[in-house]
Amino acid sequence: MKAVYFAWVRERIGVSEEEIAPPREVETVRQLVEWLAARGEGYAAAFANPKTIRTAIDKTHAAPDAPIASAREIAFFPPMTGG
Amino acid sequence: MAQITPTIRVQAADFDAAREEALLTEGRRDVGAVVAFTGLCRDEDGTLDALELEHYPGMAEEEIGRVAGEALSRWPLVGLTIIHRHGVIRPGERIVLVIAAARHRGEAFAAAEFLMDYLKTRAPFWKKERRVDGAEEGWVAAKSEDDAAAARWAR
Repeated sequence: MKAVYFAWVRERIGVSEEEIAPPREVETVRQLVEWLAARGEGYAAAFANPKTIRTAIDKTHAAPDAPIASAREIAFFPPMTGG
Repeated sequence: MAQITPTIRVQAADFDAAREEALLTEGRRDVGAVVAFTGLCRDEDGTLDALELEHYPGMAEEEIGRVAGEALSRWPLVGLTIIHRHGVIRPGERIVLVIAAARHRGEAFAAAEFLMDYLKTRAPFWKKERRVDGAEEGWVAAKSEDDAAAARWAR
């Protein structure tokens, strides 16, 4: 699946998007955040406080317990500040 | 009453609020009230050089569409235009436009306020501030007041 990052999540990780292949036991958004956080220093910094991370699956807001099995694109970003 | 199709645009270019309002109402006799809200970039007491607005292409349009659909399910609007800009925006320039047209003013006022409260907390846009004094750029933090404003509409 494709992972896309925005705002300071993108800056801390250092790329705006990438292909990821989490293992089968990673089933939910929350577990995916934990898995990503363990990938390296930038990821650890980006996901240090999971409460500040918002997620969208295929361009629709998703809750931490949402299943990721059928996701094509998962986005990670801080709380929105538009308007 | 058949539900209308809102006009939704996410763009780098500026917009003309008066023209958008004219487009929404011209040639019509059913509109009794139009509420137009424009959000501008303020200079934060002279300290702000510019905002950089990042957005999630595709989701921004889709999410604004979902918020518009929610507004249309709550109020019998007869016209709706929402425009949100991205890119570098300087103090005094426009960021967002919401125009709600209805038969009566109460519906237009309420829908416009609801739309702004929901856009601020749901539409995937992020503001980064550039300072006049050259201090390090920083991302604007989400405000709890904005969450509280959106929560008022829960039902």
